[in-house]
Amino acid sequence: MTMPVLEAVDVVKFLGAGAGKVQALKGVTLSLAGGELVLLMGPSGSGKTTLLSVLGCILSPSEGSVRVCGHATTGLPPEELSKLRRDYIGFVFQSYHLFPTLAAIDNVWLALDVRGERARRAIPKAREALAIVGLSHKVNAFPLQLSSGEQQRVAIARAIVANPSIVLADEPTAALDSDNGYAIMSILAEIAKNLGRGVLVVTHDSRLLPFANRVVRIEDGHLVEARNGARTVNLSTG
Amino acid sequence: MKWRGLVVPSAVQLRELFWRAGKSAASSCKRALGVLASGLAVLGSWLAARLWSTSESSLIVTPLVLKLAARNLFHDPLRLIATIVGIVFSMVLVTVQMGLFLSFARTVTTMIDHTPAELWIMPLATKCFEDPSLLDERDRFRALSLEGVVEAVPMLVSFAQWRVPSGGTTPVLVVGTDLRKPGLLPWNIVAGDLDALSIPDAVAVDQTYFGRLGISGLGDSAEIRDQKAQVRLVTVGIRSFTTTPFVFTSLDRARSYTGTPPNKATYLLVRAASGTDVGRLQVRLNKTLDKAEALTPGEFSSRSRSFWLFSTGAGAALFAGALLGMIVGIVIVAQTLYSSTKDHLNEFATLRAIGSSSRYIHVVILIQAILSAIIGFGIAAAIGKLIVEVTATSALPVLMTPWLTAILFFLTIAMCILSATSAVMQIVRIDPATAFTR
Repeated sequence: MTMPVLEAVDVVKFLGAGAGKVQALKGVTLSLAGGELVLLMGPSGSGKTTLLSVLGCILSPSEGSVRVCGHATTGLPPEELSKLRRDYIGFVFQSYHLFPTLAAIDNVWLALDVRGERARRAIPKAREALAIVGLSHKVNAFPLQLSSGEQQRVAIARAIVANPSIVLADEPTAALDSDNGYAIMSILAEIAKNLGRGVLVVTHDSRLLPFANRVVRIEDGHLVEARNGARTVNLSTG
Repeated sequence: MKWRGLVVPSAVQLRELFWRAGKSAASSCKRALGVLASGLAVLGSWLAARLWSTSESSLIVTPLVLKLAARNLFHDPLRLIATIVGIVFSMVLVTVQMGLFLSFARTVTTMIDHTPAELWIMPLATKCFEDPSLLDERDRFRALSLEGVVEAVPMLVSFAQWRVPSGGTTPVLVVGTDLRKPGLLPWNIVAGDLDALSIPDAVAVDQTYFGRLGISGLGDSAEIRDQKAQVRLVTVGIRSFTTTPFVFTSLDRARSYTGTPPNKATYLLVRAASGTDVGRLQVRLNKTLDKAEALTPGEFSSRSRSFWLFSTGAGAALFAGALLGMIVGIVIVAQTLYSSTKDHLNEFATLRAIGSSSRYIHVVILIQAILSAIIGFGIAAAIGKLIVEVTATSALPVLMTPWLTAILFFLTIAMCILSATSAVMQIVRIDPATAFTR
């Protein structure tokens, strides 16, 4: 493992306003190093998704600081946060969030297109990313023609195609059966082998523990436990 | 024919010239619309083929932002149809209103434009060509007394009742001129001869108004003010703004048909001597004339146009109709684009989450708006072409010129872009965090 690609120090986040205002994060300190796969676990409502949003530059912390590849995010306007996401972060969502009207390759290309990458370079990269997740044969398939597992693979391809330093995955296996879940985690673990890239996976599925280098638990907005994982799985995407 | 040292075309040559010019203008408008509609159809087919091809199978790569916008647009055919119908309805309405406005603007001055006069003398405060005020013979002599005035040809324009042979009457505008001198003579002649107007009781009418006048062609007779009027000459396309048929005849017969005293006329058409400064002559005439004034053809055209299109409210009504069409279009397109954007909110939130700038999403929405505009305009242009052709021979033709077509195209694009504002405003408020919660 190498230098941290993502660091959060004493992060506090308030959500809502007035009587409905709640403190979702209560001083969270966390770091993610390159070549590391970290599982973020915790019960529903514990603040996992809020933490992921703050770490992913979607929300700004109310207090504390977040540094993405050395760049502080505190106080940045939405477009600057958006630029940080473009430059350093890839997302994998629980519900995949693929564009139903676009083929698999176009869904992956989209992540490069929003970065302003020209089609001539972007399309081969998208094809390569789909090959990494084992979908070379489905590049022209539309999301509805793909199984849930295949859709999540396309989402992973979209997350890694721009070669981000950080991959944030929100419950990537929640909608999948165990075989597909295993395959998806294997791909994410393989991706985390890259020393310049850290992978943070939010989950409440303890079956994923063998894939992790480190596991952190969050409860009621506090990190309550951080321990080394037992990366025992044979990492192969095959 | 020579006049002031210049070779002046004869009446027959002029007639031929105007007829060809009219035909050429009409056919170039039809061609412009036809070419535009065909061009849009070809472009549409090509674009459709490009947008629905996969990135893998294409040699030419379609920009992804264009593909995304098009597929968002076509994803819901019902909504797309509603959008297109809104644009088509709006643009056909605007096309008809503007085409009528153009047609009116031309028709209002058509008689002035076809009159070979350097200056028009008319009663003071004459509002338009059809104004029934009369000049006195003394005004003609006053004009002729000025140096530089070669001719002051009297012309009578007055309303009369045409007794339809089958019964009843219809108002007509009698135009009487001295047939031996250069004045306002019928043009676009399709039957008969100008010389035939010298025959007693001879009149010329336009075939557009045959039905209204209760006649079927050359040789038919009717009565004006209990006097015989026989059709000896037929024209095509000489329409009046008020849709009241013009009846051309000799000056004396026009006076007789309208009960105008022989020393009265509506206008005096001034011919200046060679080398005369027309501007100065106009000033001198205006100083000399008592209850009359002299205007250049351009000034008289402008005054007539201004009166009919703006003082009467006719032009305002046409503009109001066009504006209403635009508003309807904007509301419908805005509504459908807004609801389309709302349906794709999750996708736009995902785009934001994966790092897209607001500008990228705005471009997607704008392309949707522009594609809707292009499709809607293509259909509206085809319908417009049909309307232009159907009304070409009617009393109220809808005119279309390449310029108006281009203006309408950009108006459609502008309307759709304006409509996209509501959708863009919605996107500004989008929260990328929703990508995690859905």
